[in-house]
Amino acid sequence: MGELRLMKGNEVLAEAAVRCGCDGYFGYPITPQSEVMETLMELQPWTTTGMVVLQAESEVASINMLYGAAATGKKVMTSSSSPGISLMAEGISYIAGAELPCLIVNVQRGGPGLGTIQPSQADYFQAVKGGGHGDYKLIVLAPASVQEMNDFVELAFELAFKYRNPAMILTDGAIGQMMEKVELSDHKPRWTSEEVRQKWGSWATVGKVPGRPHNVITSLELDSGKMEVNNLRFQEKYRKMEAEEVRFEEIMCEDAEYILIAFGTSSRICQKSIELARAKGIKVGLLRPITLYPFPRQAVANLARRAKGFLVVEMSAGQMIEDVKLAAFDAGLSLPVEYFGRMGGILPSPGEVVEALEEKLIKK
Amino acid sequence: MNISDIIKPENLVYEKSKLQLNTIMHYCPGCSNGVVHKLISEVLEELGLQERTIGVSPVGCGVFAYNYIDIDWQEAAHGRAPAVATGIVRTNPDKIVFTYQGDGDLASIGAAEILHACNRGENIVVVFINNGIYGMTGGQMAPTTLEGQVTSTTPFGRNIDLNGYPMKITELIAQLPGTSYVTRQSVQTAAAVRKCKNALRKAFQNVDQKKGTSFVEVVSTCNSGWKMSPVQANKWMEENMFPFYPLGDMKDSEKNAPVSKN
Repeated sequence: MGELRLMKGNEVLAEAAVRCGCDGYFGYPITPQSEVMETLMELQPWTTTGMVVLQAESEVASINMLYGAAATGKKVMTSSSSPGISLMAEGISYIAGAELPCLIVNVQRGGPGLGTIQPSQADYFQAVKGGGHGDYKLIVLAPASVQEMNDFVELAFELAFKYRNPAMILTDGAIGQMMEKVELSDHKPRWTSEEVRQKWGSWATVGKVPGRPHNVITSLELDSGKMEVNNLRFQEKYRKMEAEEVRFEEIMCEDAEYILIAFGTSSRICQKSIELARAKGIKVGLLRPITLYPFPRQAVANLARRAKGFLVVEMSAGQMIEDVKLAAFDAGLSLPVEYFGRMGGILPSPGEVVEALEEKLIKK
Repeated sequence: MNISDIIKPENLVYEKSKLQLNTIMHYCPGCSNGVVHKLISEVLEELGLQERTIGVSPVGCGVFAYNYIDIDWQEAAHGRAPAVATGIVRTNPDKIVFTYQGDGDLASIGAAEILHACNRGENIVVVFINNGIYGMTGGQMAPTTLEGQVTSTTPFGRNIDLNGYPMKITELIAQLPGTSYVTRQSVQTAAAVRKCKNALRKAFQNVDQKKGTSFVEVVSTCNSGWKMSPVQANKWMEENMFPFYPLGDMKDSEKNAPVSKN
């Protein structure tokens, strides 16, 4: 049993980073996630594990610091919230194009624009469809608890290095700010320079040694033929992720006639909605995508074969619902797929979700 | 006499640095970039820094610098090289890290990144090629374009009312306590090339001694962008650029104590 604590989600991100042997954090303050860097600065990991923590002059700078460090085979991360992630979009595209492993955390707030500092899930499209320019994908993990804020830091790094691809933890101000019991991971040492050289020396800029050509990290290729080959390689990698890395959770779906589909904070709310609905005799279950990319398309299709209808619950105007509909459509299945959500930093209540279920699916 | 009678080790008076790759350069004939690349290669070789050095290339004419010098390289987004270099050197303090940037990259789109990296005293070398124009994109106005200078986006000459003043960013950077060595050089004559090489050597030695940021501006020609022959461009630079961008050291804190970074 690891160390048990009562902590905020944001604080746990910091603890988990230090404990999993992260080499560096580069960030810029923005509500509702500033506790990540504040906690790291209090922990002073440079005096213990040797992890570097640096407050950059902007999100634009932090994501490019990430690029530089990640390109040397280091395990590095940043965190921000929605407007800050928009500023990072350029750098994220370069990181994806240069195939660099790293972790980006988005503790979402309501938008568009400066929006609000309250929780939201309106950056789903930005996270799973790209966000920056060009054809690329992030590995996107959506924690639904403070415990998963701990667990997904290490998982994100593991997947990022496995695929040489940036990974994102897409969470929101509710999970970032709420306190829950968490079992922290045990401390793991940072990779030594020798380990980095052995693991990633074939591509990382660890210093040119005799006997190998120099390593160059770039996303540039002016020869269109070669650039298409690069793109085909990226797409092949994304197809492999889709085949091997899908993660999801099904709650009370065995006998369910109706399925709620929700991730992160809204999935927590939906768990309460299930209780309320079942107390009324409505057989309802929950599908919770954990990886938003790759999306659990097969799980959606399997449920679509036997459910009477889906209610997709999101803290946005309805973004993930498009992927749910596509998954059902591509499997040749047709069933009612409805949306319910709140926006601008408002959380849906469990009762509202049940009302929407009855209104949009059952009474029809 | 046969050519093979001439090419003998005992007749060797000059050889290119072992760090210079054989890739054919994309630079226009007359461009200053090739000379500066040669000098960086020579300095790194002479100081024995090849295995420890990581270069960061910009967006602009220097974008392909990684094709010409045989060290590990990273290609940065436009203007972001100082942030990229910060990420490298903070997590790899034993490495020698330098950025290679032009005036559009460093003084326009990357103004925030360069000022803050220098202000933090990041232990990096910055090589700043100032030719007063955007070469790669076809000769548009740069922040360092002189008043009245004709470019493709100032076809009637840079107008202060419309375009603002040419920016002396190196003078700004010299004010920042994080910088240990700030100098302005050129490479249009053999004497200037030798001086510039000394400046680059000092900059890389400073970083090896962890003295903070060393910043080497090279006032350069862009004869293609300026629509001049290489010879005319050198003359134009001497007559117009040097009075506004005077050459020489702006700051040299030999006594700077080594800066320790977390």
